[in-house]
Amino acid sequence: MQFSENWLRTFVNPNLNSDELSHALTMAGLEVEHTQPASAVFTQVVIGEIIETNKHPDADRLQVCKVNIGKEVLQIVCGAPNARVGLKAPCALVGAALPGIAIKEAKVRGVESFGMMCSAKELGLAAEATGLLELPADATVGQDIREYLSLNDNLLTLKLTPNRADCLSILGIARDVAAITGAALQLPQNTTVKVESTRTMAVLVNAPDACPAYFGRAIEGVNAQAKTPDWMIRNLERSGVRSISAIVDITNYVLFELGQPMHAFDLAKLGDHIEVRFAKANETLKLLNDTEVKLKADDLVIASNGEAIALAGIMGGEPSSVTDASTDIFLESAFFTPDTIAGKARRLGLSTDSSYRFERGVDFGNTLSALERATALILEICGGKAGSITQAVTVLPARHTVNLRYARLLSVLGISIPQATVGALLKQLGFEFTETADGFAVQAPSYRFDIAREEDLIEEIARLHGYDKIPAIKPIANLSILDAPEAVWNKASGAGVLQSQGYQEVVTYSFVDASWERDLMGNTNPIALKNPIASNLSVMRSGLWGGLLDVLTYNLNRKQERAMLFEVGASYFSSQKAYREEMRVSGLCHGNFQPEQWADKSRDVDFYDVKATVDALTNGQAEYRQEVHSALHPGQSARVYLRGKAIGWLGKLHPKWQQQYALTKNTILFELTLDDLLKTQVATYQEVSKFLPVRRDIAVVVDADLPIQTIVKVVHAAKINLLQELQLFDVYQGKGIAENKKSLAFLVLMQDTHKTLLDAEVDAVIAELLKLLEKNFGASLRS
Amino acid sequence: MANLEYLIAESQNDFNACADMPTLENAKAKYLGKAGALTEALKGLGKLSSEERPAAGAAINVVKQAVEAALNLRRETILNAVQAQQLSQESIDVTLPARAQSQGGLHPVTLTLQRIEQLFHSIGFDVATGPEIETDFYNFTALNIPENHPARAMHDTFYVDESNVLRTHTSPVQIHYMEDKAPPLKIIAPGRVYRVDSDATHSPMFHQVEGLWVDENISFANLKGVVQDFLQKFFERDDLTVRFRPSFFPFTEPSAEMDMSWNGGWLEIGGCGMVHPEVFKHVNIDSEKYRGFAFGLGVERLAMLRYGVNDLRHFFNNDLRFLSQFNK
Repeated sequence: MQFSENWLRTFVNPNLNSDELSHALTMAGLEVEHTQPASAVFTQVVIGEIIETNKHPDADRLQVCKVNIGKEVLQIVCGAPNARVGLKAPCALVGAALPGIAIKEAKVRGVESFGMMCSAKELGLAAEATGLLELPADATVGQDIREYLSLNDNLLTLKLTPNRADCLSILGIARDVAAITGAALQLPQNTTVKVESTRTMAVLVNAPDACPAYFGRAIEGVNAQAKTPDWMIRNLERSGVRSISAIVDITNYVLFELGQPMHAFDLAKLGDHIEVRFAKANETLKLLNDTEVKLKADDLVIASNGEAIALAGIMGGEPSSVTDASTDIFLESAFFTPDTIAGKARRLGLSTDSSYRFERGVDFGNTLSALERATALILEICGGKAGSITQAVTVLPARHTVNLRYARLLSVLGISIPQATVGALLKQLGFEFTETADGFAVQAPSYRFDIAREEDLIEEIARLHGYDKIPAIKPIANLSILDAPEAVWNKASGAGVLQSQGYQEVVTYSFVDASWERDLMGNTNPIALKNPIASNLSVMRSGLWGGLLDVLTYNLNRKQERAMLFEVGASYFSSQKAYREEMRVSGLCHGNFQPEQWADKSRDVDFYDVKATVDALTNGQAEYRQEVHSALHPGQSARVYLRGKAIGWLGKLHPKWQQQYALTKNTILFELTLDDLLKTQVATYQEVSKFLPVRRDIAVVVDADLPIQTIVKVVHAAKINLLQELQLFDVYQGKGIAENKKSLAFLVLMQDTHKTLLDAEVDAVIAELLKLLEKNFGASLRS
Repeated sequence: MANLEYLIAESQNDFNACADMPTLENAKAKYLGKAGALTEALKGLGKLSSEERPAAGAAINVVKQAVEAALNLRRETILNAVQAQQLSQESIDVTLPARAQSQGGLHPVTLTLQRIEQLFHSIGFDVATGPEIETDFYNFTALNIPENHPARAMHDTFYVDESNVLRTHTSPVQIHYMEDKAPPLKIIAPGRVYRVDSDATHSPMFHQVEGLWVDENISFANLKGVVQDFLQKFFERDDLTVRFRPSFFPFTEPSAEMDMSWNGGWLEIGGCGMVHPEVFKHVNIDSEKYRGFAFGLGVERLAMLRYGVNDLRHFFNNDLRFLSQFNK
């Protein structure tokens, strides 16, 4: 909320300068987000009256004016078309500093000029101007223009929290300033207008829960075309509201002054009574902003003649609005409950000053006096005769007594202040209370509808006592050592594995382009956001590769030639509106396996390089099966299994995506679910043999398409006695080996924990192994 | 018996003239070989009488030892020279770059999160997590933000469907955790959060750490104490202080904005407050017996201040030239 500092100071004028006042407001929870001067800065401009004009001897468009500035008469050359005898306008004296110009004695086409008559634009008060700023005839000659136009003012913008709706008016802010600073509050006088008209309007409230109080009155014979006074326009403009017409301006003025939204109807367009009710099925209403809205059953309306004429608490209807031609009006001041208004304006795409206040809460104790205040202003500015007030008041929100326990106050805040001080602070807030055995029984005024429980009062006391006076105290607590399960693989050390292998961690958005999901994940039905921030960030990812490829492209475009990237983050899945998330670790390698260097020949990264990474992440426990994934090259992709469970994928990016992303070098990807990686086992000791192992090398010939892992698994499963390890060290195809065969060379380690092995025992193990390979795979010993 | 002492000087000269091992071994034969002068002399001892033999033998041995010493000295000299030459041939440019994989590293947000977790872990905070696609209930209602509450408008929320959102803060983790565990509780909940907001200073996705401490005698002053302690340790600056400003969050009361002293001014660092009784009610914790504080810190904000990063967007552009600056 933006407001004029000067306007506030007419209500409460603490002995603080602008900065101090802003600081005090901020520290009391009314954050001053922004402060700016109400007008451009300039000096030495006074009100001057042109008392004589003569044509400039050498320039048709210029006039030589004599300008009375009170203590003297100056000769000023002026080119403004509206310069004329009798006009009062701002006059910048010699020495004046205007926005972008300094005024000096000058000769204009040979004629001396001692100052400058000014337009609004020249003073920085308007963006455009066609001539001198014309001031009213009663303006005092010689008076400083800043003083006359009340320009020495600041615009303060408050960032109000939703609980402090009571501060959505000058009166509300003033009350809090008075409470914080102890300065006296000048309340506007409660006026009661004299009733001079017999016109009345019956009000029927059919929805008393939604509208517990409705006040209205007719005012006859108003001049709807009356001019709004300058002071009112100024205060409204400085609150960010444009002047529209006197009656609308007055209702807006009361809204900003007292916080009570009001509405004026053209009485001639109403029937014999007003009704407050919920909208009927298919009811429509043309609003003041020229939009026609279709109402719903929970929209509260003001109706007359059986038709909705206003959206209660939000916006009036166009047909019943006050126009220049209106002479009789009906003025409404009501209390609509926050629940009734909340969310409605947003649903209709509207946010009005009225709905903003009603949905947060309006002082229901102020409805009547606001009506009187607005009536008085209308009579003063537009004339007319006021009719008597019709009121329909049912059950207003109850003001409960709230207990504040002194001991709890101190222990919650961790401060110590005397009980008497607490009482004094409550009084400063305008809260009524009685002292009880353990503290205070407090009754907050109607404008502090946010005070409903003890914590609200504790916060108020803290606020007035001063949040900056809350000490910083380290807690005293019972200590216990945290759980530290060992059979959990540490996420940080996993990241450490990747880091040490050369991978750079990235963080990419969880929402991605739908095409990434479709192409890379084969997911044509992704979780879509209802309100994405951009079309390329519209669906939740079910895998992380899209983001990694995007980062790759970003960096390749910046002349990086290789990349090793990883990300740890969630993938998102849904089935029938039940959502599931899976934390994944995902990696990408592109380009040279190592940075280009002098020692080794450079080569593209390949499947087996990245397989080493997956092995490291799985402590070498992973099993790989050739399976097909939409993102990956079908001949170079493996599903990764750990302890029998599929935990992810490893493979080369499919050539068609490689082409689509315009990648010229190999791109290898992996992705593993983190939860599965994190579960490990606590190690258990196995005896280490004192006897040296025996090594034999064997080479066997098998079918070319037989996966190595199958052989290793079968050998492990056979549990051949004394066989310790079987390690592949060569794979050969070519001369000497049949076309559909390959030769595999293994080193075989054998060992006994109790004695040195005899040759015969070693031979027996090898024989058993060969027999096993022959039986399962048709393997023959390579000659 | 002829005097053989001249052999010492002669052999020394011969040996010193040898430049390599084969030549030296050849030269050695002249004195110590099968037909060498000293070998011959020793053979000649047999012709002497038993009275003469000891003295003559001793004399020959003296000469032999001297010749052997000269030979060994020369051997060593030659070996040293050979080795020196070999070492010099094997000399490499130690300043050539290592034959190694590139240096990897962690994202600055991760570094910051790890640092936060480590610091809070040191006073017994557990790390808790929760889903990022949250129900309306956990993200709002259970945190005392009912439907249509104006506070919902403060969160520019991404909707997945009518009743599910991308969590706008990590506060819902509090609720999940308190549903499962009984007080006393000390947790931090780090993670991704989402708001419909994107400009130079806002990212639609960012990271938050929620902190929660529920115990019997926890106070607002303790909240300030813990946060100040954390910030001092995080920034390694003992002079750092925390200022509270009154604020409003439906799930805490009293609520505060936390400001941190920084270069002579104040910087907003997050929101905090005492857990609201309505929140405790949702998770069946007796708010008369237990109190708690909660705070939320912006991770990118802390990272920016810690590392001097001047633009939030760097964190999500993932430019390797930016990221590699944090590798250590």
